Amino acid sequence: MQRFTVALAGNPNSGKTTIFNRLTGARQRVGNYPGVTVEWKEGVIETEQTHLRFIDLPGTYSLTAYSEEELVARNYLLESGPDLVIDVVDASNLERNLYLTTELLELGLPLVVALNMSDVAVSRGLEIDAAVLARRLGVPVVPMVGRTGRGIDTMLEAVLATVHRRRAPGQTRVDFGEVVEQRIRRLVDAMTQMDGDAPPAAQRRWHAVKLLERDQAVLATPAGRALAALAETSASELDQQGYDTSDITVSRQRYAYIEQLCRGIVKAQRPSDLDRAYRLDRAAMHPVWGVPIFLGLMFLVFNLTFRLGEPFMNLLETGIGELGVALGLLWPEGSTSPLRSLLVDGVIGGVGGVLVFLPNIVLLFLAIALLEGSGYMARAAFVMDRFMSRVGLHGKSFIPLLIGFGCTVPAIMATRTLETRRDRLITMLVLPLMSCGARLPIYALMIPAFFAPRWQGPVLWCLYVTGILLALAGARLLRRALFRGENTPFLMELPPYRMPTIGSLAVQMWIRCWLYVKKAGTVILGVSIILWALTSYPQPPADWSSPEADPADQAAAAMAYSAAGRAGHLLEPVLRPMGFDWRIGTALIGAFAAKEVFVAQMGIVFAVGGDEDNNEALRLQLRQHYGPLVGFCVMLFCLIATPCMATVAVTRQESGSWRWALVQFWGLTVLAWILTTVVYQGGRLLGLGVS
Amino acid sequence: MPLALIREGTKTILRSIQGGRGLRGRLAAMGLVPGAEITVLRNGGGGPFVVAVNDNRICIGRGMAMKIEVE
Repeated sequence: MQRFTVALAGNPNSGKTTIFNRLTGARQRVGNYPGVTVEWKEGVIETEQTHLRFIDLPGTYSLTAYSEEELVARNYLLESGPDLVIDVVDASNLERNLYLTTELLELGLPLVVALNMSDVAVSRGLEIDAAVLARRLGVPVVPMVGRTGRGIDTMLEAVLATVHRRRAPGQTRVDFGEVVEQRIRRLVDAMTQMDGDAPPAAQRRWHAVKLLERDQAVLATPAGRALAALAETSASELDQQGYDTSDITVSRQRYAYIEQLCRGIVKAQRPSDLDRAYRLDRAAMHPVWGVPIFLGLMFLVFNLTFRLGEPFMNLLETGIGELGVALGLLWPEGSTSPLRSLLVDGVIGGVGGVLVFLPNIVLLFLAIALLEGSGYMARAAFVMDRFMSRVGLHGKSFIPLLIGFGCTVPAIMATRTLETRRDRLITMLVLPLMSCGARLPIYALMIPAFFAPRWQGPVLWCLYVTGILLALAGARLLRRALFRGENTPFLMELPPYRMPTIGSLAVQMWIRCWLYVKKAGTVILGVSIILWALTSYPQPPADWSSPEADPADQAAAAMAYSAAGRAGHLLEPVLRPMGFDWRIGTALIGAFAAKEVFVAQMGIVFAVGGDEDNNEALRLQLRQHYGPLVGFCVMLFCLIATPCMATVAVTRQESGSWRWALVQFWGLTVLAWILTTVVYQGGRLLGLGVS
Repeated sequence: MPLALIREGTKTILRSIQGGRGLRGRLAAMGLVPGAEITVLRNGGGGPFVVAVNDNRICIGRGMAMKIEVE
């Protein structure tokens, strides 16, 4: 069995991922490139004698790395040397897409060009002679329609034929014209004479061209540094030759070459009817109606997500509950076996509590995939950029922030669409401030407990708005303090509207679903067990409370005795300034597992049980112990602090390191403490809401 | 003349770009290179610019549109 690695490269919006999904189906693995906020995707195909591993690289316009994603793609190609690269080219946009192709050819990697979206080209009246293009490029060119899968078998054949070939590829290279070629030759010769630091022979030409462009990353390599003087001399010579700087000269030559390459290959049967594909933009990008349409669409999306998700969530909740009961029956009635408690309360309670949200999360991902695949996301970013840039964020940040109102986990994953690392990190750090759905049970408990009906709506609204304002202020602050620099220039391609295929959507759903379950099975399982241990042990001695006492009272007593209860007591000095006591502290510790756990824990601590039916009894207890000010402060703290463990885990994954997940966690917790203390103390001073 | 001052519906030719090399490289790779023919599709309305290059549509921030010199 021969094993080969094939990389998929191509422009954004060229349909690369659709092809990748078609090739690998559900046999995909998604992760992160270490240390960066870029997603890594790989999948596998096996034929009779060959094992092909596909890497879906982030979309790039060229190998001049402008964004973190392009840098990752470029480094992968330079360092990991895949056995073959499939260059996915949008046939309806041939010349622009060939820009990357020429750079890939310069790298000397075996190439197969997938001439994707041939159907779109045909519908626009373009006729492309793939055979001639293949001859001129010196590589196989396979017309394809990724959406339907047409051409995929032919492409796989070409891939297999190319990887099995033993001889060096006979690929063409860009002819930059004698003026530039002379300088390239000079640099390549110099590299040949270098000892250790020279790039591999196949890549030397690419390096030479990059040096002439004064590419910073290449100049920083050992070879670049050694040749810096020669590179600068050659580049200056090019500067003086014409009106442009050397990098522009090289770009223009590239396009000139491409134009010649395409001469006679692309025939327009009729004038381009492009406006049809952009018809919806009259509404979507309308100066006045664009924003309301966008907000309306988002409202619809959320509504649908929760409406459709609810029956499934209830089903899951019941199912998990039944599982817990069934598992418990394996032990005799009334057993206090620690294993039983661990499995039923700890594992099923903890992990189950998080898995219950799966339907909602999957539906949110479906919505995101649909918005992105259709091309609407770009319009949304366009429409919101005006507002986002005021806080130093990119228009694209709006969508993840909005999704955060549903659930923070998919929202953090949605930051992937942001171009720069800086934008991604800032958005991830402030995202938990967008009050997520899991906090609603806390509000639903606390607000009616302390506030008269006519104040209930305003208080809820006040919490949401506070979250939004804090998020925006936080973003602004982070931009000024930690992540300085100019606003990321807004530069974005506006793809024509498309209808994503059901198959592609289904695959993406499956992948996200699987990722979430995996996360639940690992990190969340671990934390659930730890929290279970903290709330169950140490157990009070057998004679702590009389056996006839109410089981709820017994549970409350046990909680007070446990590590979590004691931690609550220990934390009291820190909690007091906010008006909290050890009970709230204990509940907050539990809330780290999932926000909803706060309500259950409060129920236990006040000995009214954790059921929803007991909420009135619990509210009574709350009123007796605290006043409206404390009630509000609890909600404020829950709004700002301690993102649930799922959020922390996903932040760690998307940001590429624990550092930022911890910054998020501690930053928000400290912010919550400060603000809640200020509100509580201020409120007390003013005599507001203290019972 | 900066691109920012070109009226909607006008066709023009890109002359030069003032900006960092990275940005210039990205613009070039997207088709916005000196000598390219651009049609301004959208200017005004408070949002970013929209231009068409060949068969592509690209949104550009206002700040950047000021740094792009055209005929």
